[in-house]
Order: sequence, then structure tokens, then C-alpha cells
Amino acid sequence: MGFLKSIGRWLKSHFVVIAGLITLGYLLLPNVVVTVFSFNKPKGRFNYEWQQFSTDAWRDPCGVADMCGSLSLSLRIAFWATIGATVLGTMIAFALVRYRFRARGAVNSLIFLPMAMPEVVMAASLLTLFLNLGAQLGFWTILIAHIMFCLSFVVVAVKARVMSMDPRLEEAARDLYAGPVQTFVRVTLPIAAPGIAAGALLAFALSFDDFIITNFNAGSTVTFPMFVWGSAQRGTPVQINVIGTAMFLVAVLLVLSGMVIGNRRNRQKA
Amino acid sequence: MATATPDAPPLAPAPAKKPPRRRGRWTPYWLLLPGLLWLFVFFALPMVYQASTSVQTGSLEEGYKVTWHFATYWDALSEYWPQFLRSVLYAGAATILCLVLGYPLAYLIAFRAGRWRNLIMILVIAPFFTSFLIRTLAWKTILADGGPVVGALNSLHVLDVTSWLGITAGDRVLATPLAVVCGLTYNFLPFMILPLYTSLERIDGRLHEAAGDLYARPFTTFRKVTFPLSMPGVVSGTLLTFIPASGDYVNADLLGSTDTRMIGNVIQTQFLRILDYPTAAALSFILMAAILIMVTLYIRKSGTEDLV
Repeated sequence: MGFLKSIGRWLKSHFVVIAGLITLGYLLLPNVVVTVFSFNKPKGRFNYEWQQFSTDAWRDPCGVADMCGSLSLSLRIAFWATIGATVLGTMIAFALVRYRFRARGAVNSLIFLPMAMPEVVMAASLLTLFLNLGAQLGFWTILIAHIMFCLSFVVVAVKARVMSMDPRLEEAARDLYAGPVQTFVRVTLPIAAPGIAAGALLAFALSFDDFIITNFNAGSTVTFPMFVWGSAQRGTPVQINVIGTAMFLVAVLLVLSGMVIGNRRNRQKA
Repeated sequence: MATATPDAPPLAPAPAKKPPRRRGRWTPYWLLLPGLLWLFVFFALPMVYQASTSVQTGSLEEGYKVTWHFATYWDALSEYWPQFLRSVLYAGAATILCLVLGYPLAYLIAFRAGRWRNLIMILVIAPFFTSFLIRTLAWKTILADGGPVVGALNSLHVLDVTSWLGITAGDRVLATPLAVVCGLTYNFLPFMILPLYTSLERIDGRLHEAAGDLYARPFTTFRKVTFPLSMPGVVSGTLLTFIPASGDYVNADLLGSTDTRMIGNVIQTQFLRILDYPTAAALSFILMAAILIMVTLYIRKSGTEDLV
């Protein structure tokens, strides 16, 4: 009985850790499945059942028609959408934190609303605009849509950083006869950079992974998420899992190396 | 806003309270203009177009005209109210599950992870970088008929209970409401964990010690101190989960069946396959209005205005 009691006590004191790790497992389980099934050799067109181990897909990642084309299109769109949203969003964030102006409430709600709107509503209404204007659906309409929904997230990320900046640093630069441009480039921008980088990274991830808004506004153009969606109907090639696994590994490695570099820098400063 | 602390020496001989911005009177407007114009033309204006499309009649061949045909709204609601109801139920269930599952993990990262904190944080965010469609498709394998998960649930007689409740069918989990809610929960869980973590992390650990010193049991400390202080995170987490989940059609399509169609599925089909633009626009408008009303009421009730 004493044994059971101590197990009970241990479970009680570690309840949060156990429950948290279960949730973490729930979050990571699909990634494990995606990775394992990238080594599968399915019998039919669908890669849902385990058959036998094979590295075919890894040795020929672009062996599926149109997949790598859609991947590079998605990367290009995400690149330009990130640049557009980061520039526009950073400008708005600076204006919101540093200046007083009229109609601040209206500006704030115009930025908040895209984040508080189901994607399907934005997607459908944007499509009605494009249809009414007779716009040709494709690369440009996707890019316009992506900049639109990434913008607010960049504003939030940059705003948080700029708000915590000490304005006296810029005043000090001015007192030392730095011009407005020099102050901005040498003082303001370096301090705001982590916030801008976070916003840009978020914008890239959002744009690259977007399906719903793209699905409405792409016409016959096929981005990578749209390719995956289509393959869920026609048959899922193993190469999809290869791309998914590679993306996960690259992301983890990038973040880890960023952390290691950051730690080393902190240690050098100390 | 940062104001000069009294003990800090003045940096300039006579610094004004607010630096004079005579030269930059128009600067904020120039900074705001391009971004706001973008949001206005491609976010706000489309809403107007959508509202106008919803009261048009006509056909694809002859074109549409605004005829103030409000009956479209009535027809859409009376035909598709089950899908609306289902969206609210599924999104609500997924939100509650996200809160129940996400809270312990956010708490773990904020207070108990120690040197593992950054690693766990990365593991929460990293799946974002694998296309969510690929990860959702993986649930087809996990919940496959006759697979280990379904087998385990079956031998524990869980599926008997869930089929009796009507959320699974027989010994299948795929193509049932349970699979859709499971997918929704999975997809939006990080949106719950991150705001929860942000507000938990701000809590001073000494408050826990103080509560313990005052003879509060751990659960009482949680109920009276931790949870109330994490309310901002709970509010924004539930909103960030519920809103996208209610409009989602990916999970219902990939993991569900025709009996689990949500309102997003209807809007998508009407718009992209049936090409009935007025009905689609009306449905989308109703969804938008419902979300806005719910969000406003919810924010007012929970008293957190400062979400952005």
C-alpha cells in the first residue's frame, strides 16, 4: 500500500509535467508519422498505410510531376509577401508607437480586424472584389492577398519591440549631431531588428503555408499547399512527406543554430 | 509609454516633455498611408463588394444586378443552419479541448521546464513550418480503421461510449465528428499555447510562494492566484482558436464526411464549384457578422480590451 501511495504522490506532484508532455506528444505525433511515412513504399496511390521501408522518395524528391514547381512558386510568393508585409507593417508599427495622429481607433481596428476574421470570409470577399474588377487570378492576386493578411501580424510583432525601446537613445544620437537618417539607420533600426525579424519570419511561415485564401484567389495557379490538397483527392505521393520532413528539420536546425549563436554572443558580452 | 525616471540625469539641457515634431507633422500619415491603403483596398473594400454581391440576383451568363434581394439571406439560413450550428459546436469543442490540453503545456514551459524551456518552445512552434495540410493528412494514418489508436479505443470500450453519444460511428473514427474535432484541436493548439504562455510567464513566481506560505494547497493556489492572473492569455487564446476553427473547412473535408460539413465547406463549394455568388456572399457575411458579435460580447464580458 505504501508503494501505491508513493506512486500516487509522485503522480500528483508531477501532474503538470505529465499532462504537458502528453500534449507535446499530441502536437508532435503527426510530424513523426510524416517522417516515418517518407520512407514508405505504398502499394496504391495513397500513402496512408505502412508497406515496406524504402528510400526511393528521398533519392528522387522531385520525381512527382509539378510538385517542385509548386514548391518554388510558394517560396517565391512567400519571399515577396514577406518583403511587402514587413516594409508596410514596420512603417505602421513605428507610426503607431512614435506619433500621435487623428483616427487612431479606426487605424487600430483596421489592423486588428484581419486577425479576427475567419480566413474563408476574407478569401471569399477578396474574390468578389477581383471578380468585379475582372482581374486575372494568378501570381499577383495571391501575392496581394498574402501581403494583406500577413501585414497585421508584422505590425503586432514590430510594435511590441518598438514599444520597449528607450526613446532617449535616439535623443542621445541627435545630441551627438547624428542626422535623422543616420539616427534611424545606426540606432533605431538595429534595436528594432529582432522585432522586425520576428515579424518577417511569421509572415514567411503564414504565407508559405496558406491554403484557404490562396485556394479562392489562385485561379489555375498551383502553390505547394494547393498541390497537397489536390493530391489528397488524386493520390498522395511519398515525396510530399519528404518535403514536409525536410521543412521540419530545416526549421528546427535554423532555430537551434540561432539560439547557439545568441548564447555565444551573450557569453562574449558577459 | 516611457517617461523619464526622476533619478535619471537629463540628457539634453532643457528637454521638452515630448520632443518637438514640427518638421514631422505629416510623418505619421506618410508612414501609415501605404499599409492602410493596402488594408483598405484589399480587406475593407472587398467586404463592401461582398455585401453588395449578397443582395444581387441574376446568373453567370447574363451577369448579376443589385436588386436588394434580401431573401437570399433567409434562404441561405434556412437551408444551411445545420452547417452553421455544426461549425459553432465543433469550433467550441475544439476550443475547450485546446484550453484543457494547452494549459498544462503552457504552465510547464513557463514554470517547470527549467533549461528545457527553449527546446520545448521550439518543438511547439516547429510543426508550423511543415505544411499544415501534410500534418492533417497524417491524422488519416493515425486514426485509420483498424489501426493501433482505433484498436486501443475499441478494446477500452471508448468507442462504444462515443458512438452512443453520436460522435463516432461503429468502430470507425475517421469520417466522424470526433476526427474533425481532433484535427481542429490539433491544428489550432499552438494558437492557444502561445498566448497562455505569454501571460503565465509574466506572473511573479513569488506569488506562488506567498500563496504556499499562507497555507494554500497547490490546487487552491492555481484556482485563486495563477488562473485569474492568466485570464488575458485565456481570452486571447480562446479567440485565436475559435475564430479560425469556425471558418475552417480543411479538417472537415480531409478527416470528415458529408455529414460533418461545416459552414466553411458550404461557402467554398458555393463559391468555387456551384458558382452561386450571392448565396456564398450571404453565407460569408452571416459568418462574419456572427463572429464579430460573439467576439465583441466575449471581450466585453471578460473585460480585456487591449488585445492588440
